[in-house]
Amino acid sequence: MVRDPRLPAPLSWSTFTTGLWRENPVFVMLLGLCPVLAVTNTATNALAMGLATTFVLLCSGLLVSLLRKVIPKQVRIASYIIIIATFVTITDYAIQAISLDLYRALGAFIQLIVVNCVILGRAEAYASKNPVRNAVVNALGMGLGFTFALLCLGVVREVLGSGSLFGADLFGPSFQPWAVFVLPPGGFFVLSFWLFVFAVFRKRQQRAAQPQQEAGHAA
Amino acid sequence: MSEQPGQPSPPPPPSSGSLIATLGGIAMLSGFFVVLTFQLTAPRIERNKQAALEKAVFAVLPEAVVRRNFHLDADGLVPLPDAEFARANLFAGYAADGRLAGLAMEASARGYQDVVTILYGYSPETRCVIGFTVLQSTETPGLGDKVETDPQFLANFGCLEARLNPEGTAMANEIVTVKHGKKAHPWEIDGISGATVTSVAIGTALRRSTSEMLPLLERFKDALPLHIEPPAGP
Repeated sequence: MVRDPRLPAPLSWSTFTTGLWRENPVFVMLLGLCPVLAVTNTATNALAMGLATTFVLLCSGLLVSLLRKVIPKQVRIASYIIIIATFVTITDYAIQAISLDLYRALGAFIQLIVVNCVILGRAEAYASKNPVRNAVVNALGMGLGFTFALLCLGVVREVLGSGSLFGADLFGPSFQPWAVFVLPPGGFFVLSFWLFVFAVFRKRQQRAAQPQQEAGHAA
Repeated sequence: MSEQPGQPSPPPPPSSGSLIATLGGIAMLSGFFVVLTFQLTAPRIERNKQAALEKAVFAVLPEAVVRRNFHLDADGLVPLPDAEFARANLFAGYAADGRLAGLAMEASARGYQDVVTILYGYSPETRCVIGFTVLQSTETPGLGDKVETDPQFLANFGCLEARLNPEGTAMANEIVTVKHGKKAHPWEIDGISGATVTSVAIGTALRRSTSEMLPLLERFKDALPLHIEPPAGP
């Protein structure tokens, strides 16, 4: 039976895992790369930025989905921006209340979550067309996928660039850090390395799936 | 183009009033959330800011155990309560025995990437800058941030001369950063090769601030208590 494409997709495990792996916003869709490159010089900054983005994704997804039948399509983008900006401001205050050092380390990138295309993209492509439960689960998956990608970069950059992990010294005073990894070019190097690793991994998965599909067709 | 018979007509576009009402409603909801969060977090943010400043003052004045806030300008030296610490531009640190251990002041100058803001300690007794801590900086990690870690650079601030002329109206010798290894006078800062711009920015910030603040301090020094009641022990 063919499903009506206008109906929302049913809630399933893949609603959550899509953002984590198959449509990972950084490694697959290459979205939101500005904070990915800018604030992953330490694992702590990467984790904080990932969690902040997840919070904004989750709350904006929830509200956009709740109001999806109320917001006319002519003003939907303006409405989504107001909703996203609200939760970014809340995150901004919350981080200042938690730690000023962390707030200084993340700098302007907290405010710039407003223009992160992962969030607006999710609001427009998913939350505005699906019920609240689906929107929340999907946003959580996307947010955690984004956090995972940021952590992948942050861990490598901090270990190589500072010789530490989450601020804890790993190699002792004799280690000469590769400062380039905490500088902007290091962000590009590590991102390209991870993109290569993920591309190889996906290719292998596709190759492994191909004989099974052919066998299915032959049968 | 004429409408095909039998096809449902598209819904009429919403009126301007309903669009304005929707956006207005969402903006009001947004305002409510933002104000609520601000009200809930403001006391804690204020506490964090005070704690960060306190930490910075005690870092540049290691002997100090008590901090007092002041605002110094051409009109005089005015003590401020802790609630108004954001207005203060001069902090006095007092030692455990109640005597004045030093003064801490903010200074800033353009660095390599952005403005570098520091808090520096000044000893009125020895007329020296006795240390500094970076409050805000986006300098290149591994290069510009050496100003906070390089032991040779930090050695400049054991006693960096900041003396006024005999009239007390201007600096006798303005603080200046010189090339690494070229320091010849006690008011010169030995720069860092590899963090040249940032080390020059520290010198510029100190020169500007001391030239402005120290003559004012000299004018209104009578308003600055040199001793306070020693703080009660723990």
